[in-house]
Amino acid sequence: MQLQTHFALFDEGSKKEIRRAILKGVAIPGYQVPFASREMPIARGWGTGGLQITLSIIGKQDVLKVIDQGSDESVNAVNIKKLVNKTTGVKTTIETSEATIIQSRHRIPEVPLTEEQIMVLQVPIPEPLRWVEPSEFKTKKLHAENDYSGAWLMLFEQIMKYGKTATDADHPVLVHDRYVMAPSPIPRFDNSKIHQSEALILFGAGREKKIYAIPPYTNVVSLAFEDYPFEVETFDGKQCRLCSATNVFLDELVNQETGSTEYQCNDTSYCLSMLNEDGITAEVEVAHAR
Amino acid sequence: MHDKPILQVRNLKKQYGPGCADCADPANRIIEKNHCPKCQTVYACRNISFDLHEGEILGIVGESGSGKSTLMKCLYFDEAVTDGKAFIRSYQGGQTNIFEESSQQHRFIRNYILGMVYQNPILGLKMDFSSVGNIAEKLIAAGDRRVKRMEERSKELLEHVHIPIARMKDEPKKFSGGMQQRVQIAKALSNNPPILFLDEVTTGLDLSVQASVLDLIKRIQRELGISMLVVSHDLAVIRMLANRTIVMLNGEIIEQGLTDQILEDPQHAYTQQLVYSLI
Amino acid sequence: MAYVAVKGGAEAIEESIKRLTYERIHANELLELETITATMRGMVDQVMSESSLYSEFLAAIAIKQSEGNVEEAVFLLRAHRSTLPRTYYTRVVETNTMAVERRISASFKDIPGGQILGASYDYTHRLMDFDLIGESKAGMKEWVSQFLSEEIETTTNPDLTTLPKVVEYLRGEKLFSQIEDDNTEPIDVTKQSLQFPTTRSERLQVLTRGQTGAVTSLGYAAIRGFGQVHPTVGELRVGKLPLWISHPTEQSDDEENDYYIGEIKVTEVESFVPVSVQNENNTEEMEFEIGYGICYGQNETKAIAISILDHSLEVGKKEYPTQDEEFVLLHIDSVESSGFISHLKLPHYVTFQSKLDSMRKIKKESEK
Repeated sequence: MQLQTHFALFDEGSKKEIRRAILKGVAIPGYQVPFASREMPIARGWGTGGLQITLSIIGKQDVLKVIDQGSDESVNAVNIKKLVNKTTGVKTTIETSEATIIQSRHRIPEVPLTEEQIMVLQVPIPEPLRWVEPSEFKTKKLHAENDYSGAWLMLFEQIMKYGKTATDADHPVLVHDRYVMAPSPIPRFDNSKIHQSEALILFGAGREKKIYAIPPYTNVVSLAFEDYPFEVETFDGKQCRLCSATNVFLDELVNQETGSTEYQCNDTSYCLSMLNEDGITAEVEVAHAR
Repeated sequence: MHDKPILQVRNLKKQYGPGCADCADPANRIIEKNHCPKCQTVYACRNISFDLHEGEILGIVGESGSGKSTLMKCLYFDEAVTDGKAFIRSYQGGQTNIFEESSQQHRFIRNYILGMVYQNPILGLKMDFSSVGNIAEKLIAAGDRRVKRMEERSKELLEHVHIPIARMKDEPKKFSGGMQQRVQIAKALSNNPPILFLDEVTTGLDLSVQASVLDLIKRIQRELGISMLVVSHDLAVIRMLANRTIVMLNGEIIEQGLTDQILEDPQHAYTQQLVYSLI
Repeated sequence: MAYVAVKGGAEAIEESIKRLTYERIHANELLELETITATMRGMVDQVMSESSLYSEFLAAIAIKQSEGNVEEAVFLLRAHRSTLPRTYYTRVVETNTMAVERRISASFKDIPGGQILGASYDYTHRLMDFDLIGESKAGMKEWVSQFLSEEIETTTNPDLTTLPKVVEYLRGEKLFSQIEDDNTEPIDVTKQSLQFPTTRSERLQVLTRGQTGAVTSLGYAAIRGFGQVHPTVGELRVGKLPLWISHPTEQSDDEENDYYIGEIKVTEVESFVPVSVQNENNTEEMEFEIGYGICYGQNETKAIAISILDHSLEVGKKEYPTQDEEFVLLHIDSVESSGFISHLKLPHYVTFQSKLDSMRKIKKESEK
């Protein structure tokens, strides 16, 4: 009985299969490539799509960073990092600029990514038209026929009802003027980071068995009507209570003692490096969940 | 008026089923009405050819099973034809057989050149979306990306079909059958299509509502000069609307001509029966 | 001094995992794997079936590791399955070669070869057996030797590997259409993701891997009112099937060179479903169609439910959710459904913050 696991868990045949799907995704930006998603040692819905991509592209020289909701120390991020490290032995980091592969759930780091890096995003629902059309057979056809009136109509209806669009995270984008794509539930604030990104961005949906990609320097436009421009989350007049950053995505926290609302960088490693730059002395709790 | 027809249909065939030795050959076909008793293949449309001219209303009358609705569905690409050709004057100079185009091109033709009003509003409308949204859907499909402009256009169209603006944000499911039909017409007209298909649009409506919908269609035709293909089992509807009429039976055209002519001097026994029942 | 990250998350996880181990072993009671394979037959069968990996030994480890939590045990085996290279496919298995242990038909009293009840809960009274509190090894031994001596006296020794299928009898009467063998290579759903519309081979695979409870519930819905299947169990068999693989390098397809790699226990069901068909004279006739179900181990409810859903999806009119392949096939997998439900426990701060932002802005808009 074989008791030792293979480098990066998968047998090489499986990795090749997944890499073929990734290459197809890179060749057709924004198109969802079906792949034979494997069951993983972590649960479906907990990042198995991202994990399969990471495991199939990782090499011994890579440096891995894993974040969940902006935090390197969130339990799920730690868990994924632990699994990859256990089966590959690669170095892990919390420093964004040090990493060659960054796997993330629901955030793109504040530090701009480079050509040397690959961003891997975990995706729960890869189909941007799923809320308009439940059938996979039909949505596939809509993509093929370039028919996105359903996605636009959804936005139009929101404007009719609420006077503005009401999307939250996962606001759909148009990729390379062809495919409408779900950017995964990143906040609207992060959508602009995908546009003309220097880094390759890969999206993995394990349960839904799809992989898609944004190659470097690809045009990515958030869907919006001409007279109702796309709006991101705003934190006007707010700043991080620790590092005083203002142009970043902030978490809203309640001060247990005073009861007042305070704000803190959602990207914890960014916050940490900002503080280190300023030479301030303190201890930062970078984990949300304990 | 242009002398070239706006829509030409040639030898359109639509069958359901594979056909067998008894029925496959059109020349020596042994079938009952429109279907083969042996292999159950249905010949819904057999060799249909006609022209639709600019600004005219062409009526197609026939009983259920005559193939008239199937014909309409084929022309709107809801169903794939078995064989045949059709040319639209404003699409690639009328040189391309539209049935052979890709589904992406079919969508383009539907979004930019054709309008369709179904007998059942469920097929033409999203019942859970606002009426203004329903109209905007067609405009969005045709490339419009300005909310205010689409809203204005929708208002204008809803007024045109006598839906109170106060109810423009209501969903069609809250409307009566006649109102739903009028929203559907507004939607079909939204991007000024040169060709409009109307499939049994008054069937199932109360008589008084029927009359108002028919009035609306006539008025639109007069004001906008759209070419229309009107399908109905009811000769009275055809008499009111159509300049020219085609009579279909068991998947074939049995008679065609000016509507007045057909009403006054029907040739085919079936047409005679239809006309007499009208009087 | 520079800033250091407080590694709260990593520590918390370590402690949580330790606590889990503590829960499993603190009572100091050792559970032998043999005990599981010898006494937890139903559970082992269910875990093997839902994880689509036939190994009683591995299933026993998974059950032990997961403290008897079936969902978790299936998860462990599936994840393990992903790491195994798949080198061979077996030869096609003809189920009429099954070494039958149990075989019943609800459609005929006397079926060729006879009804064989075998081991089943069907005929027991579901009364708690409090004698089990004091069950002893000596008592067990005595009971078994008594039973074995009885069986030798009564067995008439029919050949249990060549029993004819009930369906053949009806086919002889032309109550079933003669259908030609379809030898299209099946699509392996674990190597290629489902594309709709699916083939029957894909549907049957997804159904047999399905969560027992989910498959049973949807099968029940299909016969209770949200479907259109009114089946009779034509034949239900439980027994063992031999598996062979062809010689990996030998070019000739000679079955003489095949390797026997073992046997698996399965439950197989052929349900007869009456349908109305038009005959050549254009009149309606009744005919039977088959709904087919097969799964690892003895799990009769699941196999019957699979046969119902197989037929329901074969009809595929989508008048009912149980006829809609996307509805049925995409929601019955244990690992997928439990995974996505449980992911709701993950933090959603960012998405929630984004939603808050959107709602606050809408509120402002409406107050204008």
